[in-house]
Amino acid sequence: MRIPRFKRSSVLPGFSLTFGLAVLYLSLIVLMPLSGLFLKTATITWHRFWATVSDPRAVASYRLTFGAAFVGAAINAIFGFVVAWSLVRYQFPGRRILDAVVDLPFALPTAVSGIALTALYAPNGWIGRLLAPYGIKAAFSPLGVAIALTFIGLPFVVRTLQPAIEDLDAGMEEAASTLGASRFQTFRQVIFPFILPAAITGFAMAFARALGEYGSVIFISGNMPMRTEISSLLIVSKLEQYDYAGATAIAVVILVASFVLLLAINLTQWWFSRRLGRSRA
Amino acid sequence: MKANALGRSDPRWLRALLISVTVLFLGVFLFLPLLTVFLEALRKGVAAYFASFTDPDARSAVLLTLLTAGIAVPCNLVFGLLASWAIAKFEFKGKSLLITLIDLPFAVSPVIAGLVYVLMFGAQGWFGPWLEGHRIHIIFAVPGIVLATMFVTFPFVARELIPLMQEQDTDEEYAAISLGASGWQTFRRVTLPNVKWALLYGVVLCNARAMGEFGAVSVVSGHIRGLTNTMPLHVEILYNEYNFAAAFAVASLLALLALATLIAKTVLESRLQTGLRAAEDVAQEAVHEY
Repeated sequence: MRIPRFKRSSVLPGFSLTFGLAVLYLSLIVLMPLSGLFLKTATITWHRFWATVSDPRAVASYRLTFGAAFVGAAINAIFGFVVAWSLVRYQFPGRRILDAVVDLPFALPTAVSGIALTALYAPNGWIGRLLAPYGIKAAFSPLGVAIALTFIGLPFVVRTLQPAIEDLDAGMEEAASTLGASRFQTFRQVIFPFILPAAITGFAMAFARALGEYGSVIFISGNMPMRTEISSLLIVSKLEQYDYAGATAIAVVILVASFVLLLAINLTQWWFSRRLGRSRA
Repeated sequence: MKANALGRSDPRWLRALLISVTVLFLGVFLFLPLLTVFLEALRKGVAAYFASFTDPDARSAVLLTLLTAGIAVPCNLVFGLLASWAIAKFEFKGKSLLITLIDLPFAVSPVIAGLVYVLMFGAQGWFGPWLEGHRIHIIFAVPGIVLATMFVTFPFVARELIPLMQEQDTDEEYAAISLGASGWQTFRRVTLPNVKWALLYGVVLCNARAMGEFGAVSVVSGHIRGLTNTMPLHVEILYNEYNFAAAFAVASLLALLALATLIAKTVLESRLQTGLRAAEDVAQEAVHEY
């Protein structure tokens, strides 16, 4: 590592070839189509854009999408922590299988998750039947949307928390206990501050993913405009009516929201790592 | 468990409580949906289950899914190798911007990924009239499905390879080149064996997403039975026709793919970890020798 990197690297061939082809492919598949979206937005007049994105049906869809995404991410933050803690700290039969299955929502095609969740939570489904006597309607209601988004977001929270729990300094917990702290005090004052950044990151990632989710939601939601219609579905129905400008306007709202979220995630991580770094030094 | 000996162990009741919550939560949220897929698929019996696959529309959906993944995965695999070679083996300005741009498709929701291609190639899109004039069909045809799939699976291979290749330094390649190997030989004999498990890991994830993608493909497909329906889209059509047994039968194939993906992922993860540990040991030895 003493020799400056560029000197060592310059011996290796193929930079212009690999860099050029990679950037070309990136531009053709990702950058050009995406910039087309923003170019399209630029052709819409401000008045038209505002009328589309502030239409009551669109606003109702944001409320449902953001609300259900928030509820799903919050449920995942709580139960995801319990799951991650048990999988890292405890030994029990079936632990490895449970650990592997956490990734199921990543691996299972969203349409399959969608119809499976609907079959479970519909009034005649295994879980829907249990809820129906209490007057709880799970499928075809906003609750169903939240259930689907919880399913989708679970691995983000668990997989972000697991390494954070593994990295906890054993010495600090032991010191706290030796100094007379109860297990609860140790958790609140030693463990919690250290895993909080990971919990926030996992929450935000699950939330961001849920904002754009489509396949797992459209079956269980019932898709009633103003009540159970998510923003992604509104984009699709505008496209089906060849309303490209309308679809683009809603898409820009969702896209900007998820970009802002991802930026916030990166800033939080940067801020926490700086703070932790300082407290360690 | 030495670590648990002092002040790190939770009381027994808490342990039991948290494990029960974990099992219950994962059971209800993950195992039950998975079980539902197979039970619903077999509800009308094994004969009906297998009969659903003889339907020509189901067959063409399977073939289209295989074709789409067969194009999208190799393209993104080659891209992943090109990008990681350029990024990990050389220093250049704007590198972190390039890495961010490669990850961009993960931040774009599937429906919007489909939308951007409709805006490019659709009837009223930027290139729509030109394509119409030359009778080239992209949207509501197979090319659109392949492009949308390439977009959503774009980062999978690259993002596994880049961090790993950045961690492994360029000493071995440097040695190979100075001993007279060509660039291609160096890549094939030195670099590729070092990253093969990460490469396979990326391909497995890329393939699972390519075969299972729904939102992006749904927007560009046009849902023409027998022509532009992939397996997930066929599941939707059957389900909306209240043909639940057939819908879940096709869905069960995708669920089997998901299970195979999870198994491959678990196996590859342990390989990758032993690989990383070996690399760390070598690095440590090198440091000691220094």
